[in-house]
Amino acid sequence: MYVSYKWLQDYVDLTGVSPDELAEKITKSGIEVEGVETLNEGISGVVVGYVLEREKHPDADKLNKCQVDIGAGEPVQIICGAPNVDKGQKVAVATVGAVLPGNFKIKKAKLRGEVSNGMICSLQELGFESKLVAKEYSEGIYVFPEDTEIGTNALDQLFRDDQVLELGLTPNRADCQSMLGVAYEVGAILGREVKLPQTEVKTGTEKAADYIKVTVDAKEDNPLYVAKVIKNVTIKPSPLWMQARLTAAGIRPHNNVVDITNYILIEYGQPLHAFDYDRLGSKEIVVRRAADGEEMLTLDNAKRKLTADHLVITNGQVPVALAGVMGGANSEVQANTTTVLLESAYFTGGTIRKSSKDHGLRSEASSRYEKGVDPHRARPAAERAAQLLAEYAGGEVLEGSVEADHLSVEPAVVSVDINKINRLLGTELSVQQAADILNRLQFSTSVDGGELTVTVPTRRGDITIEEDLIEEVGRLYGYDNLATTLPIGSSTPGHLSDYQKKRRMVRGFLEGAGLYQAVTYSLTSEEKSLQFAMEARTPIKLAMPMSEERSILRLSIIPHLLEVLKYNAARQNDSLAIYETGSVFLSTDEGDLPEEKEHLSAAVTGLWETHPWQGEKKPVDFFVLKGILEGLFSKLGILDSIEFRKLEKEGMHPGRTAEVLLAGISIGFVGQIHPKVEKELDLKETYVFELSLKAILAEEVAPLKYEAIPRYPSITRDIALVVDKTTTAGELSTIIKDAGGKLLKDVNVFDLYEGDRMEPGKKSIAFSLKYFDPERTLTDEDIVKAHDKVLDAVKEKAGAVLRG
Amino acid sequence: MQERLKELQTEALEKIAQAADLKELNDIRVSYLGKKGPITEVLKGMGKLTAEERPKMGALANEVRDAISSGIEEKHKQLEAAAVEAKLAGETIDVTLPGRPMKTGHRHPLTNVIEEIEDLFIGMGYTVEEGPEVEKDYYNFEALNLPKGHPARDMQDSFYITEEFLLRTHTSPVQARTMEKHKGKGPVKIICPGKVYRRDNDDATHSHQFMQIEGLVIDENIRMTDLKGTLQVFAKKMFGEDREIRLRPSFFPFTEPSVEMDISCKICSGKGCSVCKKTGWIEILGAGMVHPNVLEMAGFDSKKYTGFAFGMGPERIAMLKYGVDDIRHFYTNDVRFLQQFSIHE
Repeated sequence: MYVSYKWLQDYVDLTGVSPDELAEKITKSGIEVEGVETLNEGISGVVVGYVLEREKHPDADKLNKCQVDIGAGEPVQIICGAPNVDKGQKVAVATVGAVLPGNFKIKKAKLRGEVSNGMICSLQELGFESKLVAKEYSEGIYVFPEDTEIGTNALDQLFRDDQVLELGLTPNRADCQSMLGVAYEVGAILGREVKLPQTEVKTGTEKAADYIKVTVDAKEDNPLYVAKVIKNVTIKPSPLWMQARLTAAGIRPHNNVVDITNYILIEYGQPLHAFDYDRLGSKEIVVRRAADGEEMLTLDNAKRKLTADHLVITNGQVPVALAGVMGGANSEVQANTTTVLLESAYFTGGTIRKSSKDHGLRSEASSRYEKGVDPHRARPAAERAAQLLAEYAGGEVLEGSVEADHLSVEPAVVSVDINKINRLLGTELSVQQAADILNRLQFSTSVDGGELTVTVPTRRGDITIEEDLIEEVGRLYGYDNLATTLPIGSSTPGHLSDYQKKRRMVRGFLEGAGLYQAVTYSLTSEEKSLQFAMEARTPIKLAMPMSEERSILRLSIIPHLLEVLKYNAARQNDSLAIYETGSVFLSTDEGDLPEEKEHLSAAVTGLWETHPWQGEKKPVDFFVLKGILEGLFSKLGILDSIEFRKLEKEGMHPGRTAEVLLAGISIGFVGQIHPKVEKELDLKETYVFELSLKAILAEEVAPLKYEAIPRYPSITRDIALVVDKTTTAGELSTIIKDAGGKLLKDVNVFDLYEGDRMEPGKKSIAFSLKYFDPERTLTDEDIVKAHDKVLDAVKEKAGAVLRG
Repeated sequence: MQERLKELQTEALEKIAQAADLKELNDIRVSYLGKKGPITEVLKGMGKLTAEERPKMGALANEVRDAISSGIEEKHKQLEAAAVEAKLAGETIDVTLPGRPMKTGHRHPLTNVIEEIEDLFIGMGYTVEEGPEVEKDYYNFEALNLPKGHPARDMQDSFYITEEFLLRTHTSPVQARTMEKHKGKGPVKIICPGKVYRRDNDDATHSHQFMQIEGLVIDENIRMTDLKGTLQVFAKKMFGEDREIRLRPSFFPFTEPSVEMDISCKICSGKGCSVCKKTGWIEILGAGMVHPNVLEMAGFDSKKYTGFAFGMGPERIAMLKYGVDDIRHFYTNDVRFLQQFSIHE
C-alpha cells in the first residue's frame, strides 16, 4: 500500500510529524514502512511554459523548434523531439540550470545547429514511473490543462510536492489497504482524531430502481450488492489532484469515471465497478456462479473460460464482469458513455481468490477482496463515488440505490481480562489504560472490574480472540516500553543428544582429516537420483517441480558431492576433499511419510598429499579413504565390529570398491568411482564413501574402562606368506587371529609383494604378530606353541607357504 | 733429568696445541703418555738418583704427565666441539622454506552459525530437536493454525509431494511434534535447526532450500517480556554487546502477538546506511507468543500455559555476519568460498 502523506492529511492532522517520523512510528507500532519516497526529489528548475510557436527543425525530421514562454523575460527557443509537442500547449519546461532525476543537469545546447535553451519534459523525465503515466502522454511530453499558470513550478502543478510511504502489509492488516484504514491506524498511533470524508449527494428525481433491478443468486459469495445509476456524465480527464493521488498510490489515471472508482478503491478500500449502462444490454444485474464452459471477454481483451467456481455479474443473460476481478469488454465505460451503472459490492474472499488464481489475474480489486474488505463500506463508498461523479463528471445521480442485501456481519464483541493482558505481555497496565489504548483505535469498550468488553468495528476483521486484543494493546503501548526478563519457573538442563554430540564429533574428525564440509540441495534430477543409492527404492517425485533438475528427492549424497568436485575442478581446483551429512529419502508404502535417513558421504579427488619443493605428490587412493573410515570407526569405538568386503556396484570401480559392514550388516560403501564417471565429470581419480550415519552413531559402545599399562614385554614375530593372488589380507588376518589364541594381541600387514620374483598367480604378504601376556613374561616355548598353530592354520586354510 | 721432563712437557703441549684433529691428538697421547713414551723412558733413569731426589723427581714426572693429559683433554674438547660445529654447519637448512602442508578442512559457514546458536541456547537450558524434512501437511500447516485455504498459505508456496505430504516450509512442524510428545505438560524449551524448502527461484537473495532455526518455550508463566529478554541475550551474544534490539509488530498465523526483531545496524551504528536501507535497523527474526489455537491443538491448556516462539534464517545471519552477498554461495560449495571460513573466530 502506497500512502501519500498529503492525502493522509485529509483525515488526520499530521502537524509536527514529518513523513520520516510518521514512517518510524507506524513501523514501530504496527506496519512496516518499507520506504519513504519523495516524489520531487532531485528535481529543480522545471516550470510551466507555453508553446508560442512550433516549426520543424530545418535539419532534423524528428525535431521541433519551439518558442516557449516560460513566464520570465523573453521567450526561449527549445528544440524538442516529442512527437506530440505543438503550438498552444502548456508544457513542463526544464530551464537552463534545471536538474532532473539522476542529477541530470540542463545546459544550453545546440542541436543540429539550432540553439536549445532547456528541455520540454515528459512525465517519465520528471520521475514518474512509466506504468503510471496516462496512456495519452506515455509516448511524448505531458500537456497541462489550459488554465495552468505560466511560469509556475511544474512539479507543484502536478502535486509532486509530496512523500509516499510504502507500507508492507501483513495478511492480517487488510484494513490498511485503504487511506481510511491507514488514517484509523495513524490516528491511534498519534492519539489524534480521524475525520471521515463528508458525503453529500444531490440526487435527481428519477429513481435508480426504475433503471435497474439486482438479483443475487450466489448469496454466500456476494452478501451485499449496491447499485447506483448516474446519468449525463461527461467522460474527460479527472482533475490533476486526483490523478496525482492515484499516481502516488500506484494507479495509472484513465478518465474521470474510472479514476473516481479507483480513487474510492484507495480511499475506502472498497472496489467499485462502473458499467456503461447503455451497453449493458438489459435493465438487470444477476450475480451468479458461471456455468461450466461459459465464456466471456474481459476488458483486457482476453477470452476467459469460466467454470462453476467463478462468480460472474451478468445482465441476466451473459456475463458482464468477472466479479471482483475484472469488468467485461461488452459493458466497459467508453469515451461516449453517458449513463454509468455503479457497482459497490461485498464479495467473499475465497471465491475471488479462486477466480483470480485460475485466470492469473490479480487486480487492485481482487487482492482487496482476497484479503478481506469491510462489508459495511459498500454503501458509504457508493455514495462517495456518486458524489464525485456528480462533481467531476457532471453526472446526475438518480435517487436511491438498488441493493441485494443478505449481509449478516456484525461487529465482533471480544472480552479480555486485564490480568490476562498483563500476564501475557509482562506489563502492569490498569484496565483503564488498556481501554484508553483500544479507544484510540475507535473500538468501543466497556469496563466491568478487570474485565474489558470490546466491540470491534467490522473493518478490523482480524480481531476475533482476546490475544488479538492483547496484541493491539501491546503494540500501541509500545514494545519498546516492555521490560526485558528471562523465563522463570522450572529449570531445564540444556544439552545435545548423544546422537547430536557424536555427529559433531564426526564432523570435527573429518575436518581434522582434511575434508571440507559441503551443504548441497536435497532435490535432484531423475537421472542423478538413481546413482550411487545404497538402497534401491522408487524415487520420490515432487508434484509440481520448478525444474527437472530439482524434481526428485535424493537417494544418495554422492552425486551432489561429485557435482561440487566438478564445479571446483572447472575452476582450477582439481584436488579437493569434501564431506556432507544430510538426509536421503526412501519411499515407503503409500500413505506413510518417506523414510529419511541421515547419511555421511565424502568425495576426494586429485592429490591427497603434496609437498611441492620436496617433490612429493601423492594422489588419493582407496586406502586414504579407508584409513579415514578406520580412524573414524576407532574413534566411535566400533572398529572391531567393522568389516570391509569387496563389492561390485553400479557407478563404482569394480575392483576398487568395498562394502562396509557393521556387526555383519551393510552400512555403506567406499571406493573409487568408475573411470567412465570420472571421465564424464572431467575429474581425476576420485574416491567416495557413503554410510548410514545413524547406523554408526546409534551403535551401543561399552563404557570406557581403564586397562592396566603392561608390566611385561610383548614379543613380535614376523611371517611372510606366499598365497594365491586371490587370497585377501583380510582372510589371512582372520585365520591368524582365530588360530593365535589369547596370547596373540595384534596382527598387522607390513609388506605386500606381487613382483617378478613370485611364481605366476602368487603374492607374498608379510604379517607382524604381537604376542603378549599381561601376567608374565612369555617364554620362547609359549611363543613357539602359539606361532606354530598360526602357521599350521594358514597352511591348511589358505594354502599359505612360508616364504624363505 | 728434571730438565728433560720440562722439555718433554713443553714439547708435548706445543704439539697438542697444533693437533688438527682427534686422531692426531690421540697419537700425541700415545707417544707421550704410553708405556713406551719418553716420560717412561726418562723415569727409567730414576735408579741413578738419590733416595732424596727420587720422590721429588717422581712428583715432577706426575706433574708433567698431568699437565700433558689435561692439555690433551682440553684440546680434545675443543676439537670435538669444532667437529660438531662443522657437522651442524653442513646440516644447515633454509628455515624460510614452507613447511609440509597439513591437510585441513573446515565446517561449512552455515553449520558454524547453527552450532553457535545451538550452543548459546543450550546454555540457557534448551535442548535441540530435529524432525523430518518431508512433512505432513498437518504438522507443517494445520497444527500451526494454518487450516486449508488460509490466505497465509499463499505466503509460502510449497513443494508438495502428495496432497498430504510436502517438503516442510519451516522448522515449525518440529515444534508441533515436540509439543505433541509433551502431552500437554510443560516446560518445553527447545531449539529446532534444519533444512526447509520453498517454491522460490534461486537468485542472490532466494533459495529453494535454506536453513532455519526456531525456538520454542512453553511454561505456565511465559510473558512477552521473557521473549524480549531472551532475544536480547541472543542478539548481544551473536552480534555484539553494543547491539540494541527492537521489536516491531508483525503477523504470523502461529503466534499472537507477533513481532519481528531488528538489531541496530553495526555498520552505521543506527544512523542509517545502505545495508540497513537507511533505517538504522536490520531485520533478524520473527517471533511471538504462541497462538492459543496452536497450544490447544498440541494438547496444552491455553488457560494455564503460555509460550513464545522465534525463528530465523542462518543464511541471513551468516550473510550479515560475514558480509556474504549471494545466498547461492552457501550451496555451490566453491572451495574458495569454504576456505574463507576456516579461521577460528
